[in-house]
Amino acid sequence: MKSVWSITLATLTKDIRLEWRSKDALNAMLFFSLLVVVIFVFSFDPLAEESRHIVGGLVWVAFLFAAVVALNQTWARELRNQVLDAYRVSPAPANSLFMAKVLGNFILVTLLEALMAPLFVVFYNLRVLGPAWQLIPVALLGTWALVVNGTFFAAMSLRTRSRELMLPLLLFPISIPAVLGMVAATTAILTGDNPAHFYIVLLLTYDVVFTTACIALFETVLQAE
Amino acid sequence: MKKTFPILALVTAAFLAYAFYQAMFVAPTDALQGDVYRIIYYHVPSAWTAFLLFFINFVASVQYLASAKPSTQRAAKWIVIVIGVVGFIAPFVPQVKQQLPVGMYPSSVATTALIMVGFYFLIGKYFPGKSLDLLAVTAAEVGVVFCTIVLITGPIWARPVWGIWWAPGDIRLTSTLVLWLIYVSYLVLRRFSDSAQTQKLAAVLAVFGALDVPLVYFSIWFFRTQHPQPVIGGGGSMDPRMLDVLLISWMAFLCFAFLVCWARYRLEWLRREVDEAEALETLSDNDGSSAVSARAGAPLNKISSGRGKA
Repeated sequence: MKSVWSITLATLTKDIRLEWRSKDALNAMLFFSLLVVVIFVFSFDPLAEESRHIVGGLVWVAFLFAAVVALNQTWARELRNQVLDAYRVSPAPANSLFMAKVLGNFILVTLLEALMAPLFVVFYNLRVLGPAWQLIPVALLGTWALVVNGTFFAAMSLRTRSRELMLPLLLFPISIPAVLGMVAATTAILTGDNPAHFYIVLLLTYDVVFTTACIALFETVLQAE
Repeated sequence: MKKTFPILALVTAAFLAYAFYQAMFVAPTDALQGDVYRIIYYHVPSAWTAFLLFFINFVASVQYLASAKPSTQRAAKWIVIVIGVVGFIAPFVPQVKQQLPVGMYPSSVATTALIMVGFYFLIGKYFPGKSLDLLAVTAAEVGVVFCTIVLITGPIWARPVWGIWWAPGDIRLTSTLVLWLIYVSYLVLRRFSDSAQTQKLAAVLAVFGALDVPLVYFSIWFFRTQHPQPVIGGGGSMDPRMLDVLLISWMAFLCFAFLVCWARYRLEWLRREVDEAEALETLSDNDGSSAVSARAGAPLNKISSGRGKA
């Protein structure tokens, strides 16, 4: 049997190749978050000084909604032609499949953030007053927090009626501390009022706790029949 | 159930009436807040009851997940024992002792740890196998009701005393709200999911929710120290007479919660029995197709029910 890592890599490359050829999820996410940004600009129209305080919240709300679009697609692809059932009976460890999906979503959402961040800067006339490099760990840890639980709950909501509706209902309550951490950290860095270290540690703790929980329980969810 | 339930219901009603009388007429009026504070006798007991029920839900869910395999069951048992021993000894270690908030005694923390571990084994002993899931759903549903009472009575009290309905950065308010949201999503999941897998998925979600609560608590704890909020409850100490009434109130609420849980548990149990019996009846019909068509048409339905009785 192949090692866990090689199976993960194989599934990941397959997913990325599929996404690269169709670009379904990425296009939908990009356009969706663009719409969110434009609607926010119309509804708030803030000054540069004010926008520094609110943009942390707006950015993450936009990414959270956009991420749900991608997360809903994660497993739907595997349902066609009973691919998921094939996974279930195959001797490949369940967690390598899970990690591949998480990494795939992570790459996708990070790409989205990298493309959308300049738009936020342009629309809100942002100038970072704190240490700007800290936005990178905040973005990476925050994205991981959203994506790891999101992938897990997407797999969970596969087994429910109206699954597209179910994912945000399960994901958002659990994500509240992570969202709070991301928003507070981003605001702290943008305004430069106070250090963001605590929130970065909080996000790191959240990531470690929930990645462990997901890995421990994913097999139960995948095999639930 | 038939005989004891009405008796217990009467006792609970009398107890609740007594607690109401104590809360409204016997307990002294608060020096600063006046009579408004009396809502505390509903607010705080509901909160304690809700937290207790959520804790029962968590324990039942962990037990349910662990009971899938003997090996996981053994592992979970030892993890709980280790947590209990550490929780019992740790509060007495001087370094940890200093970290405890003022007014919290090491002995009380140690007792709490022991009680929690005891809970785990009691629930495992008296609710074997599938009844664990029954217990979990009952506790979650009743817990959400009590938590809703907490979230409604809180702002009613806060408006005259704090001058605001809701303090967004406050630690207890926000963590209770998040707890409520998590358990509502738990109930939504149960509602939207189809029979067979629901129980496992719900148990998994309950574990995630339990992991989430401490994180919420710490995130806001820091948030609040950054931006101090107005008074909470007006200081730590409480008149002993008030505390007595509060405890009486809590006991009455616990009786009430127990009563409701019992009825709900029984109802859910009967519902599953009926489902199972129906499924068995369908299976035991020799001709599988007649069972399906029996449900579709009325005349066939009569035949099938007649056969079922014989």
